[in-house]
Amino acid sequence: MASNHQDHPDHDDDYHGHGSELSEMQLRVRALETVLAEKGYIDPEAIDVIIEAYETKVGPHVGARVVAKAWANPAFKQALLANASKAVAPLGLLNRIGDHLIAVENTPQQHNVIVCTLCSCYPWEVLGLPPVWYKSAPYRSRAVNDPRGVLADFGVTLPADTAIRVWDSTAETRFLVLPMRPPGTEGWTEERLAALVTRDSMIGTGLPKNPKDA
Amino acid sequence: MDGIHDMGGMHGFGKVEPEPNEPVFHAAWEAHCLALNRAMGYTGIWTIDQTRAGIEELPPDIYLMSSYYKKWAVRLENLVVARGLAGADEIEAGHALRPGKPLKRKLAAADVPNTLTRGSYSRPAAAPARFAPGDRVRTKNIHPPTHTRLPRYARDKTGVIEAVRGCHVFPDTAAVGQGEDPQWLYTVLFEGRELWGDSAEPSLKVSIEAFEPYLEPA
Repeated sequence: MASNHQDHPDHDDDYHGHGSELSEMQLRVRALETVLAEKGYIDPEAIDVIIEAYETKVGPHVGARVVAKAWANPAFKQALLANASKAVAPLGLLNRIGDHLIAVENTPQQHNVIVCTLCSCYPWEVLGLPPVWYKSAPYRSRAVNDPRGVLADFGVTLPADTAIRVWDSTAETRFLVLPMRPPGTEGWTEERLAALVTRDSMIGTGLPKNPKDA
Repeated sequence: MDGIHDMGGMHGFGKVEPEPNEPVFHAAWEAHCLALNRAMGYTGIWTIDQTRAGIEELPPDIYLMSSYYKKWAVRLENLVVARGLAGADEIEAGHALRPGKPLKRKLAAADVPNTLTRGSYSRPAAAPARFAPGDRVRTKNIHPPTHTRLPRYARDKTGVIEAVRGCHVFPDTAAVGQGEDPQWLYTVLFEGRELWGDSAEPSLKVSIEAFEPYLEPA
């Protein structure tokens, strides 16, 4: 992808603009990395391991397992809602889940939406790195005053009598939405249930997959 | 800081545009930028609040026009130079021209898995929490020129304490090198109409995570 942009820098203005930033940033970040490594502040091998972890180990599949377990196991659900950090820790999903994780439950009466209006706070350990839209000005500006309009941008329509609750992540507390378990999944294993749990359903901008489509 | 980063409730940014099957990184430099920021954070030379302030202090036009990871890259360059870890001339040259400074620690590849877990921001409390769930509170009308986590849309508003989240590092002091000054943290719940007037949907509720110094009894 990156080399493509560099190989064809003379297309229309938009394309050219994007390509310019790409090559400029490649050079700029490489220069910074070289300086920091030569100064002895960073180990380039550690850089590669960090990248690999975020590309392969940490991601929404972790949160999906947590949600599926909560759907399948009422005692775990209760523990999760009482203290998510503590409840999730023994699952061995990562080395350890950090403090301050809070799970919030969707019900027919209330739908939860998570945002960080000030920056991009997001529960990395259970969802991985945030998508571009989560960090974007349209989402951060509108989620707190027009959440139903934001949901429409995602193609999600809630019943008019479902109230929306927005959580602005303005401290080190991190929020995970526990979506409602789809009907028609009685007796499903946790693994099968986890396949219904989308990333967006754990942020509150989506709903779990329909069991008929899974 | 009443900066461009404080976006809650602003108009004019358009629709949210989700990207189907979005990759974790859109280019290799984004991945390296993230990892460099993580590795330098590990050295302990700055706090997470200082890095957030570093993004907020970017000029508004740069903030709005730059991609997320470009902001991280520019911020890291700025911090490295501001702390005297490298010179602008070295970044320009793309090579170290002088030896590095000693830092507290350096992230080794083998230690990376342990750093994927966030640290705890809980600290022992110097005094009992001033508020309890159910208490009505009013957020202060403050406008510090430095880093704060009280968003503009939720200043001078009345809400209810929903939960006490423990005593945490206070970002407002940690960001300006004045120490952790731990403070009680609360989830404060507002009616949508308290924040947005009659244009808000009647059933809308919005909460912020608010540190005790932001609050007074209502």
